Amino acid sequence: MPESPDIQPDPDRPGKLVATGDWRIDAVGGRTFSPRETSGDASELDATAVERLDSVGALLLVQASERAGMDPESIVLREEHRPLLEAVIAAVSGREPESDPEPAWVIFFAHIGEVTTSFGGGLKQFLGFLGLGVTSLMRTVFRPSQWRITSTVHHIEQTGLNALPLVLLLSYLIGAVIAYLGATVLKEFGAELFVVDLITIAFFREMGVLVTAIIVAGRTASAFTAQIGTMKSREEIDAMRTLGLDPFLLLVMPRLVALIIMLPVLAAAATLAGMVGGMTVAVISLGIGPDLFMSRIHETLELRHYLAGLVKAPLFAIVIAMIGCLEGFKVTGTAQSVGERTTSAVVQSISLVIVINALVAVLFMEIGW
Amino acid sequence: MSDSISATDAVVKVRGLRNQFGTTVVHRGLDLDVERGEILGVVGGSGSGKSVLMRAILGLRPPQAGTIEVLGERIDEGVTARSLVRRRTGVLFQDGALFSSLTVRENVEVPIKTHYPDMSTELRRDLARLKIRMVGLSASAGSKLPSELSGGMRKRAGLARALAVDPELLFLDEPTAGLDPIGAAAFDELLATLRKALGLTVFLITHDLDTLYAICDRVAVIADGRILVAGPLSEVQDFDHEWVHDYFHGPRGRAANGADQPGS
Repeated sequence: MPESPDIQPDPDRPGKLVATGDWRIDAVGGRTFSPRETSGDASELDATAVERLDSVGALLLVQASERAGMDPESIVLREEHRPLLEAVIAAVSGREPESDPEPAWVIFFAHIGEVTTSFGGGLKQFLGFLGLGVTSLMRTVFRPSQWRITSTVHHIEQTGLNALPLVLLLSYLIGAVIAYLGATVLKEFGAELFVVDLITIAFFREMGVLVTAIIVAGRTASAFTAQIGTMKSREEIDAMRTLGLDPFLLLVMPRLVALIIMLPVLAAAATLAGMVGGMTVAVISLGIGPDLFMSRIHETLELRHYLAGLVKAPLFAIVIAMIGCLEGFKVTGTAQSVGERTTSAVVQSISLVIVINALVAVLFMEIGW
Repeated sequence: MSDSISATDAVVKVRGLRNQFGTTVVHRGLDLDVERGEILGVVGGSGSGKSVLMRAILGLRPPQAGTIEVLGERIDEGVTARSLVRRRTGVLFQDGALFSSLTVRENVEVPIKTHYPDMSTELRRDLARLKIRMVGLSASAGSKLPSELSGGMRKRAGLARALAVDPELLFLDEPTAGLDPIGAAAFDELLATLRKALGLTVFLITHDLDTLYAICDRVAVIADGRILVAGPLSEVQDFDHEWVHDYFHGPRGRAANGADQPGS
């Protein structure tokens, strides 16, 4: 068993230090080894008694000799350890200071500034991308030869059909919860029947399309960003450009068209599912029969309610598809960047959907729809 | 470095290794020894299972059959053996595989922190800086993120991380692929220097004939799911097999060989 590492003055010769033991990382690293403080300067360091040495030990020997005010080159040690010591000395010498990190408050304010400017820049970028989308759509809509049918159908399946079970289930549950909520309040006035009015108005005007848009924003915007981002980081987008293909037409248009077609369909399905959810609660716990429920719908519902909900669907589709694709194009190289952009796409698209929904609701209220 | 160990002491011992993906058999009964202190170059065509062999030796992929012994521990027998071995081995993956959210110096500190949590922060920093400088990067590279480095610098940083806790055994997966010839030659030289200074044993997967001629002590050829031949380069290149012949005596092989002869 080798001795533990140690360094101390030679009792016989002042100014000479003797290092002994095992100077490898296992012996040295475990317990924050530092050579015992020596009195005054030393002029010699004898490490021939060191049995084993690795680069940590060599680094510590060099540091000890520097602390004692001597040249590390003059350390005496076994021949087999010489190449290691020389490599360490070469790496330690000519050490340039690492640049100091900025103070925390500078970073803080710089970050605020960065976020502010990037917000303005991001808005401009989004509007530019939106414009590109609209012009491309206009350009290709009358040229069926440029339609990417296969790709569009693929995305219709991915974003529409595959999302249908989730959209139906969640809308059904939300419909049931709204019915319960309405019933608890309306029961006090003996006006349980108005639960039907509540669900009908809520789902046809707002909830159907809003719930769908939020689900699609979470499910599809992230997928678009990840797909395009991965292609960007693997230089597939650049490859397309050099082959004379327009990545916008190839990647963005099918996704945009698929979502514009499918979001209204999903929203209609979600509205129906929500109504069924409300009806379930009405039948089971409020004693409103299906026939009464249906006739009440007929009295309440007008076409304008449905249209007020449905016009928002293509709008949301454009916002979600555009943000998802734009964030994908913003990816730069690394896998981390794909993750960051995906998060950003989901956050932006969900917030924007809710904000737009609120604005449109106010608008419709003002014009009396 | 080795005091009481005989010269024919194998650091890695693979016996009867079998690996397969579905019905595709990659290795059928592969035997391989890596001797202490040598640089073993592993060559073979694309898809011949060089990287799979390395992943099996590292314990990243359980083999279908066979035994793997690394530094005297059976790697296929449980987690404790693997974690013992991990402290004493370093790996450089093809593109460095640096953690992209950490700076280069933090990357180098990760293995030190994992295996020696009691080491003082100051010494750990100094050690990380030392390794960064030893692989030929400037100290200022330490505070950069991997995405800010060039491919060659990323490889060097990956090597610094692999060397962080002074491993006895180093695995390199195509260290010179994607480097320009000057950078590749510099990497070869760096490896030779580090081997001399740190007494490393190196398992080196490569396509680069120049690397084979420059630094490898022995060469092992993988083909048909096993090691065709392993030995000094002079023996291996005259082995009678079509792939070996094409590899060493094709136009590129002749050029690398010719370039090596007059020099050192």
